[in-house]
Formats: sequence, C-alpha cells, structure tokens
Amino acid sequence: MGFPILSITILIPLIAGLVILFTGRKNPNWIRPIALVASSLVLLSTLIIWASYSLESAGYQFVENIEWLPELGISYHLGVDGIGIAMLVLTGLVVFSGVLVSWNVDKRRDEFFSYFMFLATSVLGVFSSLDLFLLFFFLEIAVFPKYLMIVIWGSPQTREYGGMKLTLYLFIGSMIALVGALAIYFASPERSFDLLILEKAGFSLGVQKLWFPFIFLGFAILGGIFPFHSWAPDGHVAAPTAISMLLAGVEMKVGVFAALRVAIMLLPEGAKFWAPWILVLATINVVYGAFIAMIQKDFKYVIGFSSVSHMGLVLIGFASLNATGLLGAGMQMFSHGIMTALFFAIVGMVYDRTHTRDIASLGGLVKKMPFAAIGFIIAGLVSMGMPGFSGFVAEIPIYMGIWQVSPVVAVIAILSIVITAAYILLTLRRVFFGELPPAYENSVRDINVRDKIAIGVLSLFMIGIGILPGLMVPLIESGVSHILALLGGV
Amino acid sequence: MNQISFSSYDFQAILPQAALLILVGIILVVDLLVKKIKIKNLLGWTTSVGLAIIIFGMVVFSSPGNQTRSVWGGMLRVDSASITFQIIFMIGAFITTLFSMNHDKFGDRGEYYAMLLCSVIGMSFMVAATDLIMLYLAVETTAIPLYVLAGFITTDNKSVESGLKYLLFGAVTSAVMLYGFSLLYGFSGTTQFGQLIIAFENGLFPQGIKILILFLILTGFGFKISSVPFHFWAPDVYQGSPTPISGYLATASKAAGFIVLIRFLGSVYSFDHQIWMIIIAMIATISMFLGNLLALVQKNLKRLLAFSSIAHAGYILIGVASGNSLGIKGAMYYLLAYLFTNLAAFGVINVVESSTGSSDLDQFRGLIKRAPGLALIFLVSLLSLAGIPPFGGFISKILVFSAAMEANLVWLVLVGIINSILGLFYYLVVIKQTFADTEEKSLIKVHKSWIIALGICVTGIVLLGVIYRPWLGWMDNATMNMLLLYFY
Repeated sequence: MGFPILSITILIPLIAGLVILFTGRKNPNWIRPIALVASSLVLLSTLIIWASYSLESAGYQFVENIEWLPELGISYHLGVDGIGIAMLVLTGLVVFSGVLVSWNVDKRRDEFFSYFMFLATSVLGVFSSLDLFLLFFFLEIAVFPKYLMIVIWGSPQTREYGGMKLTLYLFIGSMIALVGALAIYFASPERSFDLLILEKAGFSLGVQKLWFPFIFLGFAILGGIFPFHSWAPDGHVAAPTAISMLLAGVEMKVGVFAALRVAIMLLPEGAKFWAPWILVLATINVVYGAFIAMIQKDFKYVIGFSSVSHMGLVLIGFASLNATGLLGAGMQMFSHGIMTALFFAIVGMVYDRTHTRDIASLGGLVKKMPFAAIGFIIAGLVSMGMPGFSGFVAEIPIYMGIWQVSPVVAVIAILSIVITAAYILLTLRRVFFGELPPAYENSVRDINVRDKIAIGVLSLFMIGIGILPGLMVPLIESGVSHILALLGGV
Repeated sequence: MNQISFSSYDFQAILPQAALLILVGIILVVDLLVKKIKIKNLLGWTTSVGLAIIIFGMVVFSSPGNQTRSVWGGMLRVDSASITFQIIFMIGAFITTLFSMNHDKFGDRGEYYAMLLCSVIGMSFMVAATDLIMLYLAVETTAIPLYVLAGFITTDNKSVESGLKYLLFGAVTSAVMLYGFSLLYGFSGTTQFGQLIIAFENGLFPQGIKILILFLILTGFGFKISSVPFHFWAPDVYQGSPTPISGYLATASKAAGFIVLIRFLGSVYSFDHQIWMIIIAMIATISMFLGNLLALVQKNLKRLLAFSSIAHAGYILIGVASGNSLGIKGAMYYLLAYLFTNLAAFGVINVVESSTGSSDLDQFRGLIKRAPGLALIFLVSLLSLAGIPPFGGFISKILVFSAAMEANLVWLVLVGIINSILGLFYYLVVIKQTFADTEEKSLIKVHKSWIIALGICVTGIVLLGVIYRPWLGWMDNATMNMLLLYFY
C-alpha cells in the first residue's frame, strides 16, 4: 500500500468543512480562502491521480485496504479504475468551480461552504469505494448537506418542496439498492461486502435475475431514470447554483456509477436479462426529457430536464452491454457532468444579475455578459454532440453501441439530438440574443473574474477532450474492458 | 429445591448494586445537610460522581469474558450480557443525572436522585435475573421509582397525569405478566429458567398453553419496550414527565425490557423459535408503522420522539425476530447506539424547554442562530435516529436488517426500509425548523453539566458510528450468553 492519496482526497474537504463549521463564525474572512484552497487541493490531487494512473497495468489502482469489521466482511477498501478516475476528476472540477461561483454567497456563509465540503466528501468517497458497505456509508452522508443546502439557500418559492422531494427520492433509491445489496451479501459464498470478492462470487442465475432490478433501479433512481426522474428538475431548480452544479453534475453520476459498479458488474447475467427493460426506460428518458425541456418557460428547468434526457443516454450506453456503448456511457458521464455544471453555473450567473429565470423576460444578454454567452454556446454544442467537443466523443459511441443491439432504439434516440439542438438554440436565442430588455440596460453587469475562471476551466476540459479524445478514451476503455471481462465470463 | 448456600462470589456479584444502594444512602444524608450549606447542584454532582466511580469500577474489575456464573442459588446470572448492560444503564443514569441538574422543580431534590438510582438497581437485577420471582421483583423495583419520577413535578398537572398513567398501565401489564409466570410455575413446578427449559423440552406444556403464556408475558415486556399494542402510555408519559426522565424511560428502561425479552425468549422459549418469531415480526411491523405514521403529525417534540421511540422499538424487534446471533447482536448494538442518540435528543429538548418553557416544534425554529452548537448536536442525534452515517444509527439499522435478511425475512426488511423513509421525512421536517432563518434572538441558557452530558452523547454517537470492532466485540460475548444460556 503506497501513499494513501484517495483517503487524503476524501479527507481534505471533510477537514475543511469541519474547520469552517467550527471556526467560521469567529473568523468569517477565512471561510472562502479555506474552501478555495481545499477545493483546489481536491482538483489537484484528482489530476495527479489521473496522471499517475498506469494504463498498462490497468485494473484498480491506488488501493487501500484496511479491515473495518472483518466479522461481517466489511473493510475500508478504496481503489479506482479508469471510470472511477474520470468521475474523481469530474468531482474535482465541479467542486472547484462550485466554490468560485458561490463566492458571493453572503447568507450563513460558514454553513454553506462547510456543507458543500461535506457533500464533496460524500461523492469522492462513493467514487473511490471498493466495498459495498463503504459505498453506502459515503452515499448516505450526503443526505443532510443536500437537504439543508436546498432548503436554506434554495430559491424561496420551491425550496421546501424541491428539497424534500429530492432528498426522499434519493433516500428511497439508496434504500431499495440496500435491500438488494444485503441480499447478494448473504447469497455470496464468502460473506463479504468487498466488491472485488463479490465480483468473483459467481451468483446463481436466479439470484442475479431476482436482485438485479432492486440494485439497478435503486441506484438508477439517483441517476434520474424514468419514471422516477421528477425529483431531478424540481430539486435542481430549487437548489442554489453551486448545489445544482454538484447535484446534477456529480450526484446523478453517483447513481449511475453505483448502478454500473454494483448492479451490472456484480450481476452480469441479471444485467443481460433485464437490459431490454432498461433500454425501454432509458429511451423514454432521452426523448421525453428532451421534449419536456423544449416547452419549459423557466431557464433553469430547461437545463433540469436536459439532464434527465442526457442521463438517459448514459443508461442506454449501459444497456447496450458492449464495448462501444459502455465506452460512450463512461464518456457521457464525464462530459455531461461538466456540461451540466457549466449550464447551471451560467443560469445562476444570469439569475444573480437579472433576478429572473423566466425565459420570456430575458434577452440580449450577450451584450452584457459575452463570456457567459460563449460558455453557454460551448455547453450547448457539447449537449448537441457537436464534433470537436466532448459530447461528440461520448454520444457517437453510445449510438454505435446501441445500433448493434437494437437499431430501432438507436434511431429513436438519435432523434433526440434534433430536439436537443432545437431547445438549446431556442433558449440561447431567447436569453442571450435578441433585444435586451430596457430594465437590464443599466442594472446588469458583466460576470466577474472568478466566474470567468470557472467557465474557462470547465470549457477547457470539454473542448480539450473533444479535440484530443485520446486524453480520456483510453482511461475509460481500460475500465470498460474489465466490465466486459465480467460480462463475458461467469 | 436447590440447597441455598452463599459463597463469597455471591456477594461479589452484587457489589455494584450494593454500591448503588450505599450511594442512595449518601444522597439522602447529603439531602438533609444540603438545606443548611446551600451549594447549588451538590446532590446532582454527588450522584454523578458516585455513578462515575461505580461505572469505572465495573469497567475495570468485572469483565467475565465468555464465562458465565450462576449466583444466589440460580436467582441471578453473572455474564457478559448482564454486566455490559448494567454498565450501559449506569451510563444512562449518569447522563440523566447531568441533565437533571439546574432544574428548580426537581434538580435539587434528594429523593429524585435516590429514586433514579433505585431504578438502576432494579434494571441491573432485571438483566441478570434467571428466576421468575427475581425477575418480577426486579421489574417492580425498576417500575415503582419510575412511576414516581414520571409524576415528580406535583405542581404540574401534566406531570401528575403522566405519572398516574404510567402507574396504571404498568400495574395492569405487570399483573398480566404475573399471571403468565404463575402458569409457568403451575405447569412445571419451578421458577428457574434452567428448570423451565427442561420442562418445556419434556413436553409438560401443551402447545396452546405455551402460546397463551407467551402472550401474557409479552404484555409485560411490551409495556417496558413500548411496542404496539402496549404503547398507549408512551406519548402522554414522555410529554408530561420531566424531560430527563422521558429520555431515561425511552432509553435505559426500554433497553432493560429488551434484554429481559431476549433472555427470556432465548432461554425458556429457545426451542419454539418459529412460534415467537412470527409474533415478534408482526409486533415489529405494526410498531414501526404506527409509530412513524403518528409521528408525522406531531407538533410537540417530546411527543414526536415518543412515537419515534415506538417505531424504534419496532426496528429493534426486527433483530429479535430474526433470532440469529447477528440479530441479537444487532438489537444490542441498536440499544447502545439508541441510548446515546435519544439521550442527546431529549437533552437538547431539555435545554430548549428550560429556556423557553415549551417543547413545541415552534420553539426550535432557528435554533442554529440562537445556539449553533446545540442545533448541531440536535442534527447529529436526529440523523442518527434516521439511520444516516457516520452516526451510530446507521450501522445499527444495517445490522438488524442484515439479520432479518439472513433469517429470510425479506418482507420484514422491506417494511423496515419503508419505515426508514417515513422516519427520515419527519426528522427532516424537524431539522428544517431547527436550521430555518429567524429574527428571534431569545437566549438559550446551557449549563455546564448539560454541556458535559451532551458532549458524552455526541462522542458516543460518533464513536459507535465509525468504529465498530471493540463494541461489537463486547456484544459478541453477550450474544453468546443470550443464545447459549443453557447449552453448556
């Protein structure tokens, strides 16, 4: 066991959060610097992990394994493969930019940043867990920070409803998954929560078919699967900007990541059996989400429903169960995470300056905040899957993968590109182009440097990976090949 | 009948209880003196220091490991289970004492602390009793002081009502239980658990009588653990009693009931597992649903916690119903975590109530602004109650659910899961109130003894939630004692 970089990455925000919580009241000036330093360190260490991951040896690396409760087969077992690393980097980016865009949060600042940090700990922990118990442990730590952040700092009209709905849905999802997890724990020959041991457990066909839906659906609820998606737009719209970014950008990935890691990888035969059903639901996600996004009048709801639509693509990639589809799903998890974080960041910036999210009353903002408009265009292009952006590298493999399984679904899903283009361009025109309402002529100012840095960093990754897919594709591929081995074996 | 002879070990076995009794004497003497010397909280500190010394002594000197020993002619059993829980009850009483200080109406009354200690003596014998007569005496020794404590504030009608209600319910249920005991004796001619189990094995009891006795005795235990359908007293009593006593009733008293229940079912009824498993599972289901659903509509926090405590009795019963060693271990771990968690929750209510005069939910609005530390402690205890990591409630729930899964009670796990979701809902509502914005700046006064008590509770919750091995190690031996009581 080498340098425990994963533990340190997880602990940095936890410690920062505790420090802010206990000293922030007395030293209000230290809160933001501490949060910024902590989030920069997290970003840095995730990038170090990315850079030092050895593609040759592949598999799980940076492993830490400490006995926790050996009688029950629980251990503090951390480690990441290619997909896990992509998710860690995503988290690092979103946390970093989240701190930047919430720099001006005034109300109860100490609590805000400390809960934000706790949320970061929870997500980083889930992505690094190689133990099922540990995964749930980290997953559920998120319950109270996300609830409190939505009800305290959310938008006043819907925060209580949205916060409660989101928290309960996510808790229900994780509880359903827990039942399945306990069931396969007792079905495994060597009673252990260790994911690597469970991978080799060779569950009987009956067990796999019975418990796969529990685990997969439970976690997929966290990813916004139809018909359990309605928490996502409601919750994300009600949340404050940084939390929308983290929830839509990263928390939803936590759901699908766990669905992949636990349901598909541990129960491959179950996955094969249920894949057509996942496909049906996911296709509804993609098309329905896009249509609903198109008719929204609220700027933030457009983005909220676009997440539902894009997460459907990830699930379609999973359901294809082949190399191309899974590669696309992995790429889409990363690409969508950054894209949606950027979208929500820009929505937040617009709202902070105009105090409205009503699309009809916005317009011409490109004159006032050109940088934000550029950011929105980039995110929009990623969202449409334009070549040269990360969205293309993600979506094309998904369509190719699903074509091999079911061309009909592929055709239907590809239709969503058209709808996506329609709502993105419509929104872009209505909000950023056209006539600037006179009321905003003097009141709206350009975004500040911190916002620009946040937009710049996020855009950089989307363009960088779009132009040089080689940066990330081999990483995801190394993770996918392990999944394929599990799917092919058994 | 056994030849009764006393050995030095007999006296050694009840040394802690003797020490408690001496402490009661000291309290009463100090009470007489204190009227002259007027030192604030002298009685409370005497009690807590005395308890601390006894706890320390027990932790250091009495660790039986996996050995068990019968003392006083088979009346009591000294084993890991009894000693672990005796220590736990004393910790509960210790924290309760700290919370009781600084209260005008009862915090400076000698008889209050004396009663509290007497109930601890009763509980200590309860968990060790292996004879029906001893068990009954212990149950009553526990209950009678608690009746008095529940109605201690004689100037408050609610408190008096709660004391009376508790007494009536307690008296009736213990009479029913006694009838069950008499049947046990009538059919077997013995009062000792060890002889009873042989009588059961030899078929001295017709099947119908066995089930009848089980129901009669479950009445008495069900009252103690406030499970459905013997829960009616809980909301009124918790709301009316002095808040530290409510906390004590919800934790230590409940734990004692559970340990006796587990010991009884695990020994006397150990061969009829399938009979009681389904009964307990049904009681657990109804307790959880009823407790959680009624808690949803409560506006008073003490009442809300009373219903939540009924629901928690249900969760713990999941562990008992599984009947395997994991289930018993889980139930015990749950009791331990629940002790700290609920004492913390009642402790915070105690603090707020003593400053604002009410335990209604409205009084907690914006607590984070008025007393941030208190609000965070409340958050920790509510999250632990909801079963959220990294707090003790999370692992407790996982343990009991796992046990039920192992016993193939998947439906019971699903019931538990649905109830966890219901539970989370109302805990979140309370959390939302606690963390809401407010303009109000009413001062909340927190005394030193309360800070110590809350500190102990939070430390306990977090330690139980993050580190598992040492505590589960204790529970391991205790579980062995419970399940293998008569198989040596």
